[in-house]
Amino acid sequence: MTNTIRELDRGIRLAPPSPAAQPASLPDTAELARLGTRRVARLRHPGQWVAAALVLVLALNFVQTLFTNSSWEWAKVPTWLFSPAILTGLQLTLLATAISAVVSFIGGIVVALARMSANPVLSTVSWLYVWVFRSLPLILVLLFLFNLGNLYPAIGIGIPFGPQLQVNTFTLLTPLALGVIGLSLSEIAYSSEVVRAGLLSVDQGQHEAAKALGIPRRRQFTRIVLPQALRSIVPSYVNQIVGLIKASSLLFYVSLLDLFGVAQNLGSTYPTDVIPLLVVATIWYLALTSVISVIQFYIERFYARGVFRVLPPTPFQKVRRAIAGARAEIRSAR
Amino acid sequence: MSAAVRIGSPVDIHSPVEVHNAVEVHNAVKVYGDNTVLRGIDLEVARGTVTVIIGPSGSGKSTLLRAINHLEKLDEGFVIVGGELIGVRAHRGRIRELPEKEILRQRSRIGFVFQNFNLFPHLTILENITEAPISLGTAPAAARELARTLLASVGLDDKETAYPRQLSGGQQQRVAIARALAFDPEVILFDEPTSALDPELVGEVLAVIRSLTGTGRTLIVVTHEIGFAREVGDHVVFMDEGVIVEQGTPDAVLDHPGHPRTQNFLSKVL
Repeated sequence: MTNTIRELDRGIRLAPPSPAAQPASLPDTAELARLGTRRVARLRHPGQWVAAALVLVLALNFVQTLFTNSSWEWAKVPTWLFSPAILTGLQLTLLATAISAVVSFIGGIVVALARMSANPVLSTVSWLYVWVFRSLPLILVLLFLFNLGNLYPAIGIGIPFGPQLQVNTFTLLTPLALGVIGLSLSEIAYSSEVVRAGLLSVDQGQHEAAKALGIPRRRQFTRIVLPQALRSIVPSYVNQIVGLIKASSLLFYVSLLDLFGVAQNLGSTYPTDVIPLLVVATIWYLALTSVISVIQFYIERFYARGVFRVLPPTPFQKVRRAIAGARAEIRSAR
Repeated sequence: MSAAVRIGSPVDIHSPVEVHNAVEVHNAVKVYGDNTVLRGIDLEVARGTVTVIIGPSGSGKSTLLRAINHLEKLDEGFVIVGGELIGVRAHRGRIRELPEKEILRQRSRIGFVFQNFNLFPHLTILENITEAPISLGTAPAAARELARTLLASVGLDDKETAYPRQLSGGQQQRVAIARALAFDPEVILFDEPTSALDPELVGEVLAVIRSLTGTGRTLIVVTHEIGFAREVGDHVVFMDEGVIVEQGTPDAVLDHPGHPRTQNFLSKVL
């Protein structure tokens, strides 16, 4: 071992010094003492300024067209934005997304736990479930469900080949219920993988400590493992919800009028207003995603408890600090 | 320690004869694949004593310790703590595993301190200590009262609202010890409690462990701190390759080892 170190040592010494490594001549002692008390000037990056300018010019070009191109018809946007039809569609989008999000989160935990269970039947069945519903396009699942009444006119539960309890499919399941089931079925498949990744990320020592303390099994999961897993689950799961909001626009194809569906319908009734209607739909989808992003930020902060010695600043705090820092920089440059 | 909570009671009804040993290990065998980690260990630990287990890494000492509170399931043999079989029961001529719930109840009576502390990072120091008692039915207020007493006993009563990562390694391990004391266990197991600590923090943890000696509790400590073993150990066990090579008083094992493997190990660590 010592031999290897000696050889390495020799190797390093043998490397010829590059000319750039020659020390630059130092300022004199008095100057050095003065320099030592001043704030260090940060390296400037002119390339970044050029890139930023280029991007800004392109972006402004586009923004300009928003004002100069009269086809946008901005005047019509405010009236459509809060029209009863659009708001009804928005309501359906929110309802379908919210129910599916909650159902698929709980379902995702159940499927993930089944997948990780020691029981081979449970883990195989949940693997198959994820495999099927990750493979199928959502629209296919939705269309299958809407034809369920033709496939199984009555739905029943009972002992195989024994007595059955049966209900008519169409009376049991409204279109909205079918839509939510379709969204959830496919969403559970994805969210179970998100949950599984989160659960796997929790250190084995946490499980052991909980066991060693004799904490009951269910509580080990709800109090010790899940809260720690949620830290990595939340960002991915919110991503899933954002996807879900947009996926809910597919409900239009199974005759449910969600936000997109209403905009589409109104577009065919008022062909001259197609562009403003698309703008209205855009604004609402942007608004929904923005609200979710803000909620996500604070949920993540909540689950970051104990992870950092000091919590990272919120965006507001960051802006305030950046301004204070810039001021200090200007002051010392004077 | 008046506020201490005791879950279950030492089951003396199983053995009408007075039990002298706090812990007994009988023919412990543990196999991982082709690797036999424990090769039929027998060990008796007397009540109220400090037993120190030393040995090279991979000798099976941690596995043995973890088998005592059934974190590690033995393939053969069994463990008795306080006169009660741990994790198993004798039934119809076989040793059979107990249901998880029963094992958890038994574990709560045995303190366990990990090398890496394993505090719950998302809970405050106080919540780390109250979690197990509350989950097993202690009233929250009583659990908090007890936790404060325990924190004071390890010198950390000012840290109850802090999170584990805001504490130094030594402080975290002291909290972990306080947490292990929540059920006032008669037996406390320490798995290399100072191995993950910076050298200057080892002393404060050893001081807390030292304060637990002579209180009637039985301590079993796996450690590399030979000086500490000599100072507080009543009994020293040297393990190598899954067997107990030599055991006896610190003087006998550490200063006058009879076996060449013990001599060889000590010459490396001393």
